[in-house]
Amino acid sequence: MIQKEIVVSNHAGIHTRPAALIARVASGYKSSLHFQKDSMDVNGKSVMGIITLGCPYKDRITMICDGEDEQALASAIEKLFQNKFEEQ
Amino acid sequence: MDENTCYSAIMEIITILDLLKIDAKEGGFLQLKCIAGKQGLGRRITASRISRPGLPLSGFFDSFSAISLQVFGRGEQKYLAKLESEGNFDTIDQMFSYDIPCCIFSDSGEPTPHFAQKAEEVGCPILQSPLLSSALSRRIYQILDVEFAPAMTIHGVLVEVFGIGVLLTGESGVGKSETALELLERGHRLICDDIVKLRNINDTMIIGSGENAQVAHHMEIRGLGIINVPDLYGIGAIREKKQVQLWAELEDWDPGKDYERLSGEDTKRDLLGIKIPYTVVPVKPGRNIPIIIETAARLQRLEKFGFHVADKLDSQVMDYLESRLYRSEDM
Repeated sequence: MIQKEIVVSNHAGIHTRPAALIARVASGYKSSLHFQKDSMDVNGKSVMGIITLGCPYKDRITMICDGEDEQALASAIEKLFQNKFEEQ
Repeated sequence: MDENTCYSAIMEIITILDLLKIDAKEGGFLQLKCIAGKQGLGRRITASRISRPGLPLSGFFDSFSAISLQVFGRGEQKYLAKLESEGNFDTIDQMFSYDIPCCIFSDSGEPTPHFAQKAEEVGCPILQSPLLSSALSRRIYQILDVEFAPAMTIHGVLVEVFGIGVLLTGESGVGKSETALELLERGHRLICDDIVKLRNINDTMIIGSGENAQVAHHMEIRGLGIINVPDLYGIGAIREKKQVQLWAELEDWDPGKDYERLSGEDTKRDLLGIKIPYTVVPVKPGRNIPIIIETAARLQRLEKFGFHVADKLDSQVMDYLESRLYRSEDM
């Protein structure tokens, strides 16, 4: 299991397009993906789940990957956040 | 184009007799009747054009469009009468030396005796309509535009769901007909099953219909055989033709493939040069495809009214994120 804190680096925050992008990338892996923030824990393969987290710019959330390809999944998701979901 | 979808271009052959049949089917749209040259009703119409043969009758045959339907309005009819009263038959004979598809007299006009005799001789049908030549021309163009529209056939099912024409395609056995059957059960309508004929009307819309009206409303359901839809579901369950407004391709669920996660991602696909909203619907046990198709049709209707679900949700989420951002900065 990989647990890591990540920061939302795009100005718009995680709105629907980034959420769909995360869910789409995550669906390509076998491992499970969860995001935790405050008392919330959501499935990272669910668009509605990710939107519900409500993460604005500079928000910190915990990413949890678990499964056989967890390392690859974690780095793929981290890369999406670093690249600001191809936004500003 | 996918390999599993069959496309074929259609070469239309329509004859003068077909034109009369279309007219009768449309409830006398042109009010045509054949008054001479009946033996030539099998002549083919090869161009979606009409010609007013005033100039050829006066002896000028340059650029004479002989393959067009020749429409004789009141002017041409008067001129014809004048020629015949003067015993001047040369240009009439010369005109009939061309292989013209037919002559149409508007305003209930009658052909002159020599003209009618010549038409009988060469087997050129003469049709008559009570309409004014202007109205007649417009209506002929309307019919020819449809008959000569670029067309093709596609392997699929065309259904009307909540007023939206939905084209279902996909490999054999994926469940297109079964999906259509469930949609019929839910009160929607079938246009045709298996072979859908599509026409591009004036580059603005695609009209789909059955290739053959006798078989269009039959379906083959594996395990049952052939069923007749209007007999089983009533006459309200069928339609003759419908504009294609949504194209849903059914395919077996591929775990390695990305399927649409947000609605409104602008996916369109080309059909005879027109972009049609397109969606791939993955099929697997437990997924109720008819309900998904119904929902897709509802979404399509919403979009037609300018309501984009994903855009609206996105702006709500953005507002919410912004409010949270300011709140965290205040703290």
